[in-house]
Amino acid sequence: MTAGVSVQGVTQRYGAALALDNVSLEIAAGEFVVLLGPSGCGKTTLLNILGGFAEPDAGAVLIGGRDMAGVGPKDRPTTTVFQDYALFPHMTLAENVGFGLRMRGVPAVVRGGRAADMLALVGLEGRGARRPHELSGGQRQRVALARALAVEPQVLLLDEPLGALDLKLRRAMQDELKAIQRRVGTTFVHVTHDQEEAMAIADRIVVMNAGRIEDVGPPRQVYLTPRSLFSAGFMGEINKIPVQNGVSPLGPLDVAGSGVLCVRPEAFGDTGLDLGAGTVLDTAFFGAYVRVHVAPRAAPKLRLVVHLPQGAVPDVGATIKLRAVTWRVLGA
Amino acid sequence: MRALVWVYLAAAYAFIFLPVVVLVVFSFQDGRLPVPPFQGVSFQWYAKVLGDRDLMAALGNSALVAGVSSAVALILGFLAAHGLARSVLPGSVWLRGLLIAPMTVSYLIIALGLLSLFNQMGLRLSLLTAGIGHVVINLPLCFAICYAAMGDHQKAAERAARDLGASEFRVLWLVSAPMLAPALGAAFFLSVTFSWDEFIIAFLLTRFDVTLPVEIWSMLRSGLSPATNAVGSLVFLVSVVAVVGAETVRRRT
Repeated sequence: MTAGVSVQGVTQRYGAALALDNVSLEIAAGEFVVLLGPSGCGKTTLLNILGGFAEPDAGAVLIGGRDMAGVGPKDRPTTTVFQDYALFPHMTLAENVGFGLRMRGVPAVVRGGRAADMLALVGLEGRGARRPHELSGGQRQRVALARALAVEPQVLLLDEPLGALDLKLRRAMQDELKAIQRRVGTTFVHVTHDQEEAMAIADRIVVMNAGRIEDVGPPRQVYLTPRSLFSAGFMGEINKIPVQNGVSPLGPLDVAGSGVLCVRPEAFGDTGLDLGAGTVLDTAFFGAYVRVHVAPRAAPKLRLVVHLPQGAVPDVGATIKLRAVTWRVLGA
Repeated sequence: MRALVWVYLAAAYAFIFLPVVVLVVFSFQDGRLPVPPFQGVSFQWYAKVLGDRDLMAALGNSALVAGVSSAVALILGFLAAHGLARSVLPGSVWLRGLLIAPMTVSYLIIALGLLSLFNQMGLRLSLLTAGIGHVVINLPLCFAICYAAMGDHQKAAERAARDLGASEFRVLWLVSAPMLAPALGAAFFLSVTFSWDEFIIAFLLTRFDVTLPVEIWSMLRSGLSPATNAVGSLVFLVSVVAVVGAETVRRRT
């Protein structure tokens, strides 16, 4: 069972603050969508509204074409994986996972089998008799996932589910989350502030800022051709060069219009937009690449960050040519 | 210097426990008066007390009043604490204060207030009225203990239960109450202890059926006897069991 979600002009105020400002979003059935943004951007508020934990001040939410106005969390075809897991400490893992089915009146025998299947799905087969306090953080998060999926929701909401895990475990869980989503086919709406996590798992990323959607698209599109300066900056490091009708601090450039010329550090190469020459200020070896700070000749006060291939380590003070293979001019 | 510390410690404990020890020791007095000298060990006063129909009836009444009034106080206190911990209400600080306020009022004043109220209402004095009085004194206690135990941890679990389709009643019954079991147990046993020992409210709000402290008081009016010591020792024993019970439940998490 899976369903699409339609968010139509949703606005939410907290006192004077506007948490969501006329947000509209269409999510297809079976899609893995990630809401990405800094804290306070409204992504968690939107998730709470989808889950029925908050009613929007204006606008509508439709799940599978059904209007969710006035429908509480209990009666929505959604379940949530919470950041703090929120497992029931007094129940075994099997009871935790079977809780939703119990609320739906499923007999104990059926529940037990289903709970065992779900625990197996998340790699915890045979641990049904354990209690949550015996598990590690990563395992608890798996149980929370199994519990939320056990009732076969049409839409699964994930509220920074990997936020409390250490980096290595987080990367491993990302892959697993993606694989599980492929297997169950449920629509996943996942909230995070980690853009790497977003790119690793999302079919589509929704970049949010200050209660608005800044950008929507597949990871490649949002990273390479961002729609706004905020989106460009949030998805990864970026060099910003102001341009006025083709004129910049680096001199006249072969770009049309005005705005901010955005070049990612790894987008510098031998061909492309000529940005003149620059002096190497310092270099640092980062394993996969060499990170170099460069002061352009034409504007010595400006600092550009350039990622060079692993093997190329220029001397400090050396001159290198600056050419942007890919770039965009975005409105300030 | 070190010895002095131990002497001080012993003196402090003697000050607290000597009266109880004397009470218990002379309940075994083989004689007519519970005063020194100790004339030998005898269980005759326990036999007399346990065979006394009025005393045993009072003991049963006390147990009934303590059990029922504590259960009522616990349920009301738990629900109030849950409501005030979960919902943002205007003036909830004042509501909390108002609920705890009866703790600061002396039992005598509470008893007098209830007495005139029951008279106005035409409610006959009985174990029921004494039980109501005990709910009044124990509700703030139960509320305070439950409220203090409610953290974000439970809140998150309750939210998850609702998300998985639990009705409000099932959230309370299957998630909140079991998670708060240690606090609920502690509140219940403490309430039982207070109700069990309580005299002035029970004295003013009962008439024909009385609780144990009231019965002991009427025994005392006919003079000292090792029998009152025996009853006192039994009351003390029950209180100890209740307090130890509360502490055990609280520690078992």
